[in-house]
Amino acid sequence: MSSEVNDRIAEDTRPSGEGGDRAQYAVCAFLALLGTAVIVDALGIPHITSGTDPVGPRVVPMILGVLLMVVAVAYAVDVARGGRGEPEAGEDVDLSQGSDWRTVLLLIGAFVVNAVLIERLGWVISGTLLFWGTAFALGNRHYVRNLLIAVTLSLVTFYAFAIGLGVNLPAGVLQGIL
Amino acid sequence: MDNLNNLLQGFADVVAPMNLLLALIGVVIGTAVGVLPGIGPAMTVALLLPVTYGMEPVQAFIMFAGIFYGGMYGGSTTSILLNTPGESSSVVTAIEGNKMAKAGRAAQALATAAIGSFVAGTIGTLLLVLVTPFVVDFAVSLGAPDYFALMLLSFIAVTSVLGSSRIRGFVSLLLGLTIGLVGIDSVSGQQRLSLGIPQLADGIDVVVVAVGIFAVGEALWVAAHLRRKPAEVIPVGRPWMGRKDWKRSWKPWLRGTAFGFPFGALPAGGAEIPTFLSYATEKRLTKHPEEFGKGAIEGVAGPEAANNASAAGTLVPMLAIGLPTNATAAVMLAAFQSYGIQPGPLLFDREASLVWVLIASLFVGNLLLLLLNLPLAPAWAKLLQIPRPYLYAGILFFASMGAYAVNAQPLDLFLLLTLGLLGFAMRRFGLPVLPLIVGVILGPRAELQGRRSLQLSGGELSGLLGGPVSYIVYTVVVLVLVWPLVRRFVVRPLRERSA
Repeated sequence: MSSEVNDRIAEDTRPSGEGGDRAQYAVCAFLALLGTAVIVDALGIPHITSGTDPVGPRVVPMILGVLLMVVAVAYAVDVARGGRGEPEAGEDVDLSQGSDWRTVLLLIGAFVVNAVLIERLGWVISGTLLFWGTAFALGNRHYVRNLLIAVTLSLVTFYAFAIGLGVNLPAGVLQGIL
Repeated sequence: MDNLNNLLQGFADVVAPMNLLLALIGVVIGTAVGVLPGIGPAMTVALLLPVTYGMEPVQAFIMFAGIFYGGMYGGSTTSILLNTPGESSSVVTAIEGNKMAKAGRAAQALATAAIGSFVAGTIGTLLLVLVTPFVVDFAVSLGAPDYFALMLLSFIAVTSVLGSSRIRGFVSLLLGLTIGLVGIDSVSGQQRLSLGIPQLADGIDVVVVAVGIFAVGEALWVAAHLRRKPAEVIPVGRPWMGRKDWKRSWKPWLRGTAFGFPFGALPAGGAEIPTFLSYATEKRLTKHPEEFGKGAIEGVAGPEAANNASAAGTLVPMLAIGLPTNATAAVMLAAFQSYGIQPGPLLFDREASLVWVLIASLFVGNLLLLLLNLPLAPAWAKLLQIPRPYLYAGILFFASMGAYAVNAQPLDLFLLLTLGLLGFAMRRFGLPVLPLIVGVILGPRAELQGRRSLQLSGGELSGLLGGPVSYIVYTVVVLVLVWPLVRRFVVRPLRERSA
């Protein structure tokens, strides 16, 4: 293998903190919680069995809920023994620094804006906000150029997909104008 | 002979000018999207699904075939020019391919990848035509218990055989099964995990899950760790090969194909093992061992062919039994389902023309890919320099558009975001993505087959044991599960004693 590939592997295996990766216990907790939720939900399902369905709708969720809890425990044991998963590497990924939460929160914001506004304002406007907002979140500061790109992209996709190919995209307030 | 006639009819349908145009568009956008750094073949297919929403199934699948092979080829271009494999299956291509590119032989590396992909894809598709009818005949004879056993094997295979940590594979699988549980139980009509939200009664659409986990999860993950200095792209001219390169390439192409197809066609296959096997074989057989590690053309030709042949191989269990064995096949299966078509042995009876059009378009798409990519390679290389904010903004833009278009409900966008955050967490904690997708797709069907088996036996667990197929499959499952224990408690102590 090339030295470059080796460099990358070396980078990946660098432990993220002192000792083990304790954040993994949060995953175990999440799994246990999810297992509980699945079982609670299953208990609320009427237990209906019949000649054509001797199992009923409850059994599989119950099994799944129990398995989730079992796996949560097994995972915790693995973590306690020092097991850890490799964070995913990639061409644009720099794992040598911590996560950039500001960017992620801004992206989520832009995403939610689109989800809330898509039916009211229509895809062309909400999509423009989405692209412009995500480009901004990712650190691009060409405000005017990005706006032009965003508007063009939204208009082109709307005409190509909604009008050309019959894909479901709302026109929103621009109904009748587009 | 019947199949040959069907295939010829399929070709006749594809070469209609409008359909040929769709195949061409599919290949172009498949390659263009697949070439973009960070986008593997599965994500390419998931992101481009909505493009086909308004089309008839036949047109949609003609385009899909192009997107499928285009996305695969695009990925290998990225690995060669950037040393950044988009997917684990092209890791091996990057080893020698990027060295060749750095040594000024990018044109030859791209050429041997393109022609090798074409050779392997063509042979692979041909084998698909020959093998699938037998698998279908076999699959028709299977009962519910056998199907249940096969799906169980799929679950075990994606969690235990592939990937490095089993426990993490199981976590991912169980998450997928839980997502698959959401909605109305198809047998009893009871709502499960729908939280009283009416839109969840129909379940969470597999397309939303795939786009959320692959596209949104990846975009968020990269955004949190964005390398501020973009990677260097090696400039490239038009791909070509000299006589010597041809001589050194053709055998690896064929050997790679021989490795790739069977592994792809196995229920526990995938492209990682055959590409590594192909690389190891070429390294051993080469007359130029000194070049390995510095850019040996055999090390690109073999694994690339293995990769493509394996992709063709995965279509055998996908079409004939309805079992997806890699992420791309899983997304393809979701595409079938979005048209209300259920892959499996009956597919060849019920939708014969559709299947053969799809297979014919695989041949056509593969040829178009070769004709297109040799001259267009320099243009694709330019796509690698796309500013990263635009790239990931674009991914989120198209992901949102596609997810909304599935059911035209904003709730799907919130689901998409939630699944994207789940995808983010899975990347952070090194949980593999494939078991989740397979769990979402196969979970509900496995439950259905399991309950059907027990219906026949009146609820006795013995109903899960059907014919010889289920016995064999359960034996394999037990072996796969027990093997690490055997190795730990039997093989290792024995070896230590003898040492």
